[in-house]
Amino acid sequence: MVAEADRLPLAAAGSPNPRDRLAIAGIRLPVWRGIWFGLGLAAALALPFAVQSFTVFQMTQALIYAIAILGLNLLTGFNGQFSLGHSAFYAIGAYTAAILMNNWEVPYYWTLIPAGLICLVAGFLFGLPALRLEGLYLALATFALATATPQLLKYSHFEAFTGGVQGLDVFKPDSPVAWLSNDQWYYFFTLGVLLVLFLCAWNLVRGRTGRAIIAIRDNPIAARAMGINTALYKSLTFGVSALYTGIAGALGAIVVEFVAPDSFTFILAVTFLVGGVVGGVTSIPGAIFGGFFVLLIPNLSEWVAGMTGRTDAKGLSWAVYGLFLILAVYIMPSGAAGFVRWLTAKLAR
Amino acid sequence: MKLIQHAAGVLAAFTLVAGTAAAAEKMYGPGVSDTEIKIGNTNPYSGPASSYGTIGKALTAYWNMVNAAGGINGRKIEFISLDDGYSPPKTKEQVRKLVESDEVFALFQTLGTPTNSAVHQYVNKKEVPHLFVATGATKWGDPQSFPWTMGWQPNYQTEGRIYANYLLKNKPDAKVAILYQNDDYGKDYVKGFKDGLGDKAASMIIAEESYEVTDPTVDSQIVNLKASGADTFYNVTIPKFAAQAIRKAYDIGWRPLHLLNSVSASIKSTLEPAGLEKSQGIITTVYLKDPSDPAWKDDPEYKEWLAFMDKWYPEGDKSNPFNVYGYAVSQTLRHVLEKCGDDLTRENLMKQAASIQGLKVKMLLPGITVNTSANDFYPIEAMQMQKFEGQEWIRFGEIISAESS
Repeated sequence: MVAEADRLPLAAAGSPNPRDRLAIAGIRLPVWRGIWFGLGLAAALALPFAVQSFTVFQMTQALIYAIAILGLNLLTGFNGQFSLGHSAFYAIGAYTAAILMNNWEVPYYWTLIPAGLICLVAGFLFGLPALRLEGLYLALATFALATATPQLLKYSHFEAFTGGVQGLDVFKPDSPVAWLSNDQWYYFFTLGVLLVLFLCAWNLVRGRTGRAIIAIRDNPIAARAMGINTALYKSLTFGVSALYTGIAGALGAIVVEFVAPDSFTFILAVTFLVGGVVGGVTSIPGAIFGGFFVLLIPNLSEWVAGMTGRTDAKGLSWAVYGLFLILAVYIMPSGAAGFVRWLTAKLAR
Repeated sequence: MKLIQHAAGVLAAFTLVAGTAAAAEKMYGPGVSDTEIKIGNTNPYSGPASSYGTIGKALTAYWNMVNAAGGINGRKIEFISLDDGYSPPKTKEQVRKLVESDEVFALFQTLGTPTNSAVHQYVNKKEVPHLFVATGATKWGDPQSFPWTMGWQPNYQTEGRIYANYLLKNKPDAKVAILYQNDDYGKDYVKGFKDGLGDKAASMIIAEESYEVTDPTVDSQIVNLKASGADTFYNVTIPKFAAQAIRKAYDIGWRPLHLLNSVSASIKSTLEPAGLEKSQGIITTVYLKDPSDPAWKDDPEYKEWLAFMDKWYPEGDKSNPFNVYGYAVSQTLRHVLEKCGDDLTRENLMKQAASIQGLKVKMLLPGITVNTSANDFYPIEAMQMQKFEGQEWIRFGEIISAESS
């Protein structure tokens, strides 16, 4: 299921990694990682002041997708459970935030917690019966979840809550900091949440729980034999994965200021999967690359298709998107993270 | 040193005066310059409502024609029309792009009720003129709460009431079945109809079915409506589903008195796909000259429209009233922009849009004019009924007007 080259060596998850003594151009690998992280953070902090407001809004969306994709990576990359249903958890998170903000006037930053918790429970409850299902059958079950969700959201008896087909408008308050515009403030808010969540994921994966999760992916029978409660861990991973995607959904609702059933179709679930694979499904930083990919490439494809001068070039833009996707997977079969690992292996001595 | 200081002071004063003087002559909002005005639009070029996409193309053709003739007061119109697939989240995204990235001066003729609903609050919060939206929902005419949004066509509740009055006068013991789209557009039409029937609504309406715009067909709803035993069918659907409804009703042997909402009253987009022989006797309302109506064969306005189509939109269908609609509504914006002169701020645009008096727009039925005021954000409030017989619509009765203030 997960490519051989993708598997995070168990040794890297926590115990001293012999590879850490390698160096490129004289600088040790851990130091390189620190440098890249520092550069990335600096770029992320400087970005909103250097570009147009609408671009900052788009970058915020990319970060939100990155969080959702990280959720999927935790489940699919680290735990080997295939999910085509994460659009459902994203939707649950989004609607929770929207309903809390609109009906109960909860400030937007508090909505992330209930959204996450509800999705944690939902994911766990879905993970339990899903224990019986492997591979393709799990994929089908999650697909059913993704397809059912928009219909449930449109259901007329829930309309009082969900706004039905029309959806709900959400109002985000203005930026509390005078020298930050709205878009900039919400970018930094999202960035903050992202850093916290990524740190938690990184910690999770490096610890005992992470090793257990990865062991279940690599060899479930051996894991059971070693005393790992596979049922509990698999369901919990489903829950945590849903938690991440749910928080992303809540952020999405706040930043976009609109939720509607048709925003959360099966296509969104596929988008997350695409982002995960392109970024590197067993990688945490890869999720960020994935997030940017799924945001920018459709826009790029539309632009390329628009160059033909036709207003109805919708089909063409999808074809171009497909082309970019094939190229990405061809050049980087293990995703961007896999590519970086390969490059590191080549250069390090 | 002192001389330089003096000179600098004079220069500063001069620039200030000159600047103020210049500012008094030309005032520009975002998206306006000496040479162009940016207008934004979203239209369903793809998706379940793509038959309306021809309106977007007709609009684009009209502005191309205006630009070729020198533009408006010397400024060319840059008309940016984006596809939203009739999907509210996509509309929100595209409108945000138009307002924040393309920085358009105003939004014009954004199409669809659910789609415009998604951006209604946003556009008013951002104070962007949201003019002549391509939907007749009643909520667009609410200047108190939404001062930046204005509709154009006769609103749906008025139209619903016209059908109700027709029934009360001609078939007071009708048993009515309603099929409507489950959103603000469908519910608006139904409300107008029920309000028009008044106390008799409860007894006359014996069945109601709704559908989602993402549904593939409405066949099962039609079967249910026939089973109710109704002899009158109030059909509130967009062209794709109207065609399905007409065809299915005929195929299962249900021949009610068929009242079709005007947004689907296009022979090309609705009746032909359904089958012309299955569409006999359908009643609707109209406020524009239908290009397939032989009464206008020698009409100079019709001929002018034909010439426009031939030159600027040759691939457009010359029998589709949607193309007349695009032509007519563009004239209204042109009139408003011309009246703005050089004061092209968003505030002035809304002011001019809210003070149209007796504007005669080409291809409106004779006797119908465009009127707005600070309290009246319903530009057109008059319609005439028509019935489909043979291969064409035959108008009957008087022009029914509901003009308010």
